[in-house]
Amino acid sequence: MGFHDTFFKEEHMKKKGFATIVLLMLLMAGNAFLFAGGQQDVKSTAGDGKVTEIVYWQYYYETKKDLVDTLIRMFEAENPDIKVVHQTFPYEQYNTKVASSVPSGTGPNVINLFYGWLPTYIDSGYLQPLPQQTFSNERIESEFFPLVSAAKFEGSYYALPTAVRSLALFWNKDLFKEAGLDPEQPPKTVAEMIDFAKKLTKTDRTGNYLQVGMTLELRAQMHQWLREVLLRQMGGAPYSDDNRTVTYANKAGFDAFRFFTNLHLVEKVGMPNFMTDDVTAFKSGTMGMTVDGSFRLGTLDAVSTLNYGVAELPEMNGVKSNFASFWANGITSYTTGKQLEASVKFLEFLTSDTAMAMWLKQVGELPAKKDLAMKDEYRNDPKYGPFIRGLEYAVATKFIDENVQRKVWIDAWDEVVLNGISVEAAVNQAAKTEQKLLDNYYNK
Amino acid sequence: MIRQKTASHSLELTKRRWAYTFLIVPILFYVVIRFYPTFYAFFLSTTDWDIVSKGKDFIGLENYRNLFSDALFWKTLGNTGKYVIYGLPVSLFLGFIIAYNIDRIRLGEGFFKAVYFIPYITSMVAVAWVWRWLYQPAPIGVFNKILMELGLPQQKFLFSQTQAIFSILATTIWADVGFQMIIFLAGIKGISTQYYEAAEIDGAGNWDQLRYVTLPLLKPTIVFLVVTGTIRYLRIFTQVLNMSYQGEGGPLNSTKPLVLYIYDTAFRSFDMGYASAMTVVLFLIILTITLIQLRVMKSEE
Repeated sequence: MGFHDTFFKEEHMKKKGFATIVLLMLLMAGNAFLFAGGQQDVKSTAGDGKVTEIVYWQYYYETKKDLVDTLIRMFEAENPDIKVVHQTFPYEQYNTKVASSVPSGTGPNVINLFYGWLPTYIDSGYLQPLPQQTFSNERIESEFFPLVSAAKFEGSYYALPTAVRSLALFWNKDLFKEAGLDPEQPPKTVAEMIDFAKKLTKTDRTGNYLQVGMTLELRAQMHQWLREVLLRQMGGAPYSDDNRTVTYANKAGFDAFRFFTNLHLVEKVGMPNFMTDDVTAFKSGTMGMTVDGSFRLGTLDAVSTLNYGVAELPEMNGVKSNFASFWANGITSYTTGKQLEASVKFLEFLTSDTAMAMWLKQVGELPAKKDLAMKDEYRNDPKYGPFIRGLEYAVATKFIDENVQRKVWIDAWDEVVLNGISVEAAVNQAAKTEQKLLDNYYNK
Repeated sequence: MIRQKTASHSLELTKRRWAYTFLIVPILFYVVIRFYPTFYAFFLSTTDWDIVSKGKDFIGLENYRNLFSDALFWKTLGNTGKYVIYGLPVSLFLGFIIAYNIDRIRLGEGFFKAVYFIPYITSMVAVAWVWRWLYQPAPIGVFNKILMELGLPQQKFLFSQTQAIFSILATTIWADVGFQMIIFLAGIKGISTQYYEAAEIDGAGNWDQLRYVTLPLLKPTIVFLVVTGTIRYLRIFTQVLNMSYQGEGGPLNSTKPLVLYIYDTAFRSFDMGYASAMTVVLFLIILTITLIQLRVMKSEE
């Protein structure tokens, strides 16, 4: 009897244990379903009505992350009733991460986005227009560089940058000396640049490049140079004023692209992909001149063997032009009430002179406000100066899909250089592809 | 007596319950992370969802209609075909030759096996980048340096519309051969020596033994390798993403496989509906080819 009893009990326990485990597993599976639905909620509300918590997103870049952490501490000290949660994501996955947070309706209150992505997010209703009381159009347009209008859609601004970037010419002083050029005299005109580039180019007997005169990297910054600088210097313009029409399938466009492809085919001063890319080539001292942004200064300064200078982009036919780009902070549309108030305050702080001055020193990107940037100490800085002076006449292309809009030029290059089709046909093809993209976007 | 019987019976039952429990967990997991998204893709392919929009508008078969007139879709589909048609036979052939010869040697068998197998277990991203550098023009590219030293002209490799796809295939095959070799070797080792002894008595030479004993008996191995290999080559992606500039599948899309086009459409242009439609097409292609292969190989048995 006693034994039977014990046995029965044990058996019963076993059954119970089994049932519990199955139940646990089902629960876990249920959780997995929830995660699959992307239900993690990072929004937090002010529980007791005292401290309002807001979330800020940007991609991970060490100096940017550190500086924003510092700025948040300063901001929280000024506004003890606000707490800012700072989250960063790897750059490569950032856009995908942001996009996938949209359908789940969760995510940050204030978000840092590349200006070229803004159309997508504004269209989908992810961002709200900046409130007119604090950020009126008049205020923005009088304080900021005109290029921030790339964040203006249908009369409203949706995002504002702390810092902007423009392009400048980098030249290797040691290679200049070696080629018999004055190492302190960068080229002032495009013609001079090509003349110098020829002297800086070295090839072996069979014509293979051992050292190139200048960058021709369309995948890096040269597509910007071609579109916003060279094309304008040839008397053309990339797009109509309303950005809806491609306007380079004409003589100016053909001239610009012929000029560009001839740098490789006729002048033989370089080629794309030399040393895999232009940053590697310039860093390793096998490229005489390159065109790049201020964000590259940090990378180049880390190379102790590199002795380089920075100058404004060379002019041509008396035309100066430059390309600018920026990362801008916007407010998501589900942010309301106290969180909205806090977000606006935080955005004001991020676009304050204090933040911008710190940003230049610690991140190396240029102040987005004219008065601040044009201060003599910045304007005449040997490294930042050329970029800041370039901002005065820079244009921020209103991209719809930068990848596609870059690729049309890469493909045009390959068509001319690899397939030997005419420059006219290649440019016409590029214009057709790009126009289709614009039509798809604007006629939706 | 009775008690004992009950005990052993319930022990069996418990064992079986545990077996089911262990089987159910992965199934639940698979249903959630594999099957559910797969079927969801069928639904998405009939919408114009762009990931950031709230609504998923039903547009019927429009995505599929657009596929027909999309030149890039056909081009990438063709490239995918090239990867399978050129890549798989070569890697199978090389894998078999290596396995066949490794089986015949006595000294250093383990060493050769390891040498040929290591590329397969190396991360494809690392392999792709090393090869990408090997293919560069002369100052840094080893292949071109060798060519120049032999007095031969430099080759464009990854920058050429005609050579690029074969350059990427060479890398893929180099990494893939190890897998084919190991499976072939297992198959060859599994053939009883009695067959060879019998063949020898009948006076069959090396070639006849290979032709009439080894290859026919390797059939299950070959079926397995052809089916899994086809699927692997149809889904080629990593090497192209890493070996072409900025993962474009260039120059001029000459190396872009369908999977890379799907990836670009979904995660760079966020056109989820269109990308899903392509995924469905690829799924059907893989399914059809696999079924045909299994049927053909089986009917020959």
